[in-house]
Amino acid sequence: MAFFFEVLIGGLLSGIMYSLVALGFVLIFKASGVFNFAQGAMVYFAALAVVGFIDKGVPLWASVILAFIVMTLFGIATEKFVLRKMVNQPPIALFMATIGLAFFVEGLAPLLFGNDVRPLDIGLVDEPIPAILDSLNIVVSRFDLTAAGLAALLVIVLALFFQYTRVGRALRAVADDHQAALSIGIPLQHIWALVWAVAGFVALVAGMLWGARNGVQFALTFTALKALPVLILGGFTSVPGAIVGGLIIGASEKLAEIYIPPLMQSVFSGNFGGIEGWFPYVMALLFLLVRPEGLFGEKHIDRV
Amino acid sequence: MFYRETGQFKTSYGADQQIFPIRQDRIGIVLLLAVAFVGVPALGSEYFFSAILIPFLIFSLAALGLNILTGYAGQLSLGSAAFMAVGAYAAYNFQVRVEGMPVLVSFVLAGLTAAGVGILFGLPSLRIKGFYLAVATLAAQFFIVWCLTKFPYLSNDSSSGVISVPGVSILGFDFDTPRSKYLLVLTLVTLLALAAKNMVRSTTGRAWMAVRDMDVAAEVIGIRLMHTKLLAFAVSSFYCGVAGALYAFCYLGSVEPDGFSLDMSFRILFMIIVGGVGSILGSFLGAAFILLLPIFLDIVLPALSELLHLPFDGATVSHIQLMVFGALIMFFLVVEPHGLARLWQIAKEKLRLWPFPH
Repeated sequence: MAFFFEVLIGGLLSGIMYSLVALGFVLIFKASGVFNFAQGAMVYFAALAVVGFIDKGVPLWASVILAFIVMTLFGIATEKFVLRKMVNQPPIALFMATIGLAFFVEGLAPLLFGNDVRPLDIGLVDEPIPAILDSLNIVVSRFDLTAAGLAALLVIVLALFFQYTRVGRALRAVADDHQAALSIGIPLQHIWALVWAVAGFVALVAGMLWGARNGVQFALTFTALKALPVLILGGFTSVPGAIVGGLIIGASEKLAEIYIPPLMQSVFSGNFGGIEGWFPYVMALLFLLVRPEGLFGEKHIDRV
Repeated sequence: MFYRETGQFKTSYGADQQIFPIRQDRIGIVLLLAVAFVGVPALGSEYFFSAILIPFLIFSLAALGLNILTGYAGQLSLGSAAFMAVGAYAAYNFQVRVEGMPVLVSFVLAGLTAAGVGILFGLPSLRIKGFYLAVATLAAQFFIVWCLTKFPYLSNDSSSGVISVPGVSILGFDFDTPRSKYLLVLTLVTLLALAAKNMVRSTTGRAWMAVRDMDVAAEVIGIRLMHTKLLAFAVSSFYCGVAGALYAFCYLGSVEPDGFSLDMSFRILFMIIVGGVGSILGSFLGAAFILLLPIFLDIVLPALSELLHLPFDGATVSHIQLMVFGALIMFFLVVEPHGLARLWQIAKEKLRLWPFPH
């Protein structure tokens, strides 16, 4: 049973890491209705910017700030050169534009900051916490726990920001209805640039955590693929949904990886490892058949 | 002056409803086919066939399949490469396991198998819409590739799922040179493209477009949603499946599941964006563009680096390629959302008035 809990906790904590990426998706989708496929590429871009600046001899804290500035500029540029010109186009076209954006960033980032795999040391070590290991005999990584704590902090800050600040209110208004927001004098384009900057910040946090764990490399872009099932499970428009979805996907994925392949092996014989590539998708898909708008998504009512 | 339909009177329903109502279009298409079937085989080199024309035709077919689903029926799919994989592996299995199976029949069966799988993964589309569906089709992409890698039966017990297809031979004639393979692929693609052109202007195609434009409204006017959507998935997967079979049998000869990656699905999606979403011609233009662009950049970038005295190494070139790809996609979506096919249409409109515009 201790093993089961160990897998479960490991899964929940890695789920939080998925949630971090999913959060960036949710922010942009909420504010502009754009399904931003480039979020994974932005995670890569942000992490690469941090290590790029460190390579040039800038201290860690300054590189993080510089990387944040880079992400903000990137967000503003995206709004100015792509999104602003695509107002009034169907959401699918905007989505496909962000796939193009993802390719663009995947080429641009290594051109600017180099493409070799580099470690990122943010002062966290990936080792079990001795107290828990001694008393309960369960391995819980200190790194994962800190990451989860950071994610929780980020969500709380974002929630407060959305709920209580002027800008946050404007963001929610834009998310609700572009036209109505425009008509009461909310500067739509500033808001969009801002939300891309915030998403860039979330990407920066996610990129640093993922980069510190696995090294800063191209594989960081695949975090987007991990975040997608989290999104459809939690609903595209819900911040809590991204967190809960991440927890569910993380836990079930790790448990499935442990328990399903041996089961299939006994039926079909052969090696069935590596199911974590598709398992979250199939699970989210089955879930969608029951609840098409995800756990916390807004129910969509069609009108003719 | 030359491209004008003045004086072409249609005196029967048949004449009014033909695929190309304008005489110049008919002449054009006949000329094009004549060049493709007679002119090109007489002049082209081996490299030209095996490295450019055959992949171009195969990817056009796959793009056509995706265009039916995304462009006409409005269901965004990110799993077209997986359906190609189904086609490739199904054709292989029919060839290897059934004694004396004609190649063409196994291609058709491969398409039908892919259509079946397509229907299976299309089922969620009845409940899920838009982006949720796009993400759901990713499930197909990952699941199918995983299955092909992990179930040895599907690849006839070869290690890690790599299959080497037997040679193609129809009625005793061996299609073993690039030229003959090109002709085989061209024939199939022409037939399927004509079928698609006809399909999209029939009841079926109109139902697809109605569903694309607004599915609730379509349902209200009496279009059967389930039937229409699943048919779109089936037809689209059939085209992708046949394209996959041709990809294995006439292009590469030996394929592995990982070759049919998400990247390839995106590439096919780009083809229809650049070429024109909801256009048969666009699928061909887009495939040509996306396939030729890397070749073009491979030639131009080193020359450019020489000219500017910039040290471009291999990695830099591939990064610039990615950037150009991405930038072009965004550029097309911003400037011409209807793609190259729309540019062609505009050119034709201009041509009708030329040289005396109002």
